[in-house]
Amino acid sequence: MSLETENKVPFRGTKEQEEELLRAIEEQKGKGGCLMPIMQKAQEIYGYLPEEVQKIIADQLEIPMEEVYGVSTFYSQFHLAPKGKYQISVCLGTACYVKGGGDIYNKFMELLGIVDGECTPDGKFSLDACRCVGACGLAPVALVNDEVYGRLTVDDVKGILDKYRDED
Amino acid sequence: MYRCHVLVCGGTGCSSAKSMEIMESLEKELKERGLDKEIAVVKTGCFGLCAMGPILVVYPDQVTYCMVAPEDVQEIVEEHLVKGRPVKRLIYDESMQGTEETKRLEETDFYKKQKRIALRNCGIINPENIEEYIARNGYEALGLVLTEMTPDEVIQVILDSGLRGRGGAGFPTGLKWKFASGNRGKVQKYVCCNADEGDPGAFMDRSVLEGDPHVVLEAMAIAGYAIGASQGYIYVRAEYPIAVQRLQTAIEQARKYGLLGRDIFASGFDFDIELRLGAGAFVCGEETALMTSIEGHRGEPRPRPPFPAVKGLFESPTILNNVETYANIPQIILNGAKWFASMGTEKSKGTKVFALGGKINNTGLVEIPMGTTLRTVVEEIGGGIPNGKKFKAAQTGGPSGGCIPAEHFDIPIDYDNLISIGSMMGSGGLIVMDEDTCMVDIAKFFLQFTVDESCGKCTPCRIGTKRMLEILDKITEGNGTMEDIDELEELAYYIKDNALCGLGQTAPNPVLSTLRYFRDEYIAHVVDKKCPAKVCKNLFVYKIDPDKCKGCTLCARGCPVQAISGKTKSPHAIDTTKCIKCDACVSCCRFGAIYKD
Repeated sequence: MSLETENKVPFRGTKEQEEELLRAIEEQKGKGGCLMPIMQKAQEIYGYLPEEVQKIIADQLEIPMEEVYGVSTFYSQFHLAPKGKYQISVCLGTACYVKGGGDIYNKFMELLGIVDGECTPDGKFSLDACRCVGACGLAPVALVNDEVYGRLTVDDVKGILDKYRDED
Repeated sequence: MYRCHVLVCGGTGCSSAKSMEIMESLEKELKERGLDKEIAVVKTGCFGLCAMGPILVVYPDQVTYCMVAPEDVQEIVEEHLVKGRPVKRLIYDESMQGTEETKRLEETDFYKKQKRIALRNCGIINPENIEEYIARNGYEALGLVLTEMTPDEVIQVILDSGLRGRGGAGFPTGLKWKFASGNRGKVQKYVCCNADEGDPGAFMDRSVLEGDPHVVLEAMAIAGYAIGASQGYIYVRAEYPIAVQRLQTAIEQARKYGLLGRDIFASGFDFDIELRLGAGAFVCGEETALMTSIEGHRGEPRPRPPFPAVKGLFESPTILNNVETYANIPQIILNGAKWFASMGTEKSKGTKVFALGGKINNTGLVEIPMGTTLRTVVEEIGGGIPNGKKFKAAQTGGPSGGCIPAEHFDIPIDYDNLISIGSMMGSGGLIVMDEDTCMVDIAKFFLQFTVDESCGKCTPCRIGTKRMLEILDKITEGNGTMEDIDELEELAYYIKDNALCGLGQTAPNPVLSTLRYFRDEYIAHVVDKKCPAKVCKNLFVYKIDPDKCKGCTLCARGCPVQAISGKTKSPHAIDTTKCIKCDACVSCCRFGAIYKD
């Protein structure tokens, strides 16, 4: 989980983002179990869930901040720190693991110089190990944002990174 | 009327291998040639042959193409669809059998031994079109139930069929419904669907949701009628974006056709379904945790009793079934309890879907009658193990299950048999392992998973599994003692007896079952300080066979830490104190001279 990483990036939320969030809260408020769908929407809007955003949700739903924080820290898909422009997830599900997913993952760590859940200082890449993505037929698998790379070998890793380094 | 249909797999496996790109260029190509009125392109769910994806099937010829690339589209259109000559190099090779004739998909070894009930529509219909589902008798069971059966009759049919929960534990589905059926119409009740498939290596539910989403909606409505509930929730994991989107589409279509909503089939029965997305917590697959999560809290389990049938979601009576369980319901209603009970073994009826993975040729999805032997699944349907390696064990039930060693290769797979040999059915992941797999390492892998995913509510699971993992770390690093093995076992039984929920109670299973069948491997790690499968890095060294080494210096140049030395044209040697075991030299060597010892 990335939330223990100290959040060094200042919050840069805009007025438009806040308005969109408030609208979403208004829509869901009062429905049973609305907190998680709202938080999922908030993360969609901001890309992560900084304290400032969690505060808005708590205030609007009139629930204690600790409840929102409790939920955001429980589920691995809620992020308290921003992610890189290119989010790399290496599948370490059983099928990928048996086929050497661990080696692929280590190679990414080595080449990027970061460990699980971290983001490179330039904000370009973040790396996570992920659970089975269900593409076991292509094992071992890694994802860069929504792009899937399958049947990987350790030698493919550098090429993948170069492809994104060269973009912009 | 179309003279020809081309089915393109739109499941996650094939989509990841660019099947949607293939579909687009196919449509474009057909349009350019003015063939789009004659030949229809259909996006379907999973065919099951994920390892060979992307899959294309051409009807009426029933030619199956595999590993198709976007560049192949033009050739398929020109040669096959225009000239009627199938493109041989792309045809699924088993269907060729060295003859000129192509085999129909159903006649291949992979499909022949399967019996498709839960997957009956996967790979056949377009999951985003409700009319295709209806054409395959979709929503007929719901109509029958609402117009001709009483709720108690429905429950009786499910009871008589012998259907047991496909999520893993195998609780009789009819009984679950019966427990929740009291006070119909007087209290608010809920029907939930567990689509939080989290076992690593399991993707059965995803394929049903992607390939046949309406079957789940129909079955949930039937369940709602049976217990007297008007609201359903599907809790689906957010890691399955295609499944989420198709469920959304399906719900909207069903509402539009009046198959969800108010007064369904003019029977006075109201039922609607809402989708809830998970957020990456494995424990939410446990029923009480799942409901807590739908309520918007941290997904922690709660003690039972009270059982969900009495006090579940929002404190109301609730039934929760797994996706695959629901996928069987409409067929049971239409064909009768006897039909379903005629398949399978004495106490496990019907079929089970398995996701085959690991060291097996046909990675993919299979549905087999209960009682099929593991040998049939691995050797015949799965096509055996790649590279001529030997079968060592199969792992079922994921982090909650155990391994089945070669000595039980002929055991008929059903709920009770698997329990008796220390594994479990689980949701259906079946990972095959060969001689290169270290069983201690695998046990450690699963335990690492449970340690990460333990919610922390109860002590045996939160602290106990962590302690177990520490012992396993010690053993795989070569520092273990025989007392460690005893302690590991004692701790495992303690956690099994004392953890709060299914996650903790089953977490020690991978360790217990590997200890039961592969204790000698543990002992080799502890006493001989060797890893027999050469996986645990501290317990083997790389060596160069002087007879095979030609002294080409490639390995020495490839070594990142200069651990290899030797003169040109004379055998090299590895300095094991410098070696970091990165395996780079092995991939450099052209003579197979470097080995692990």
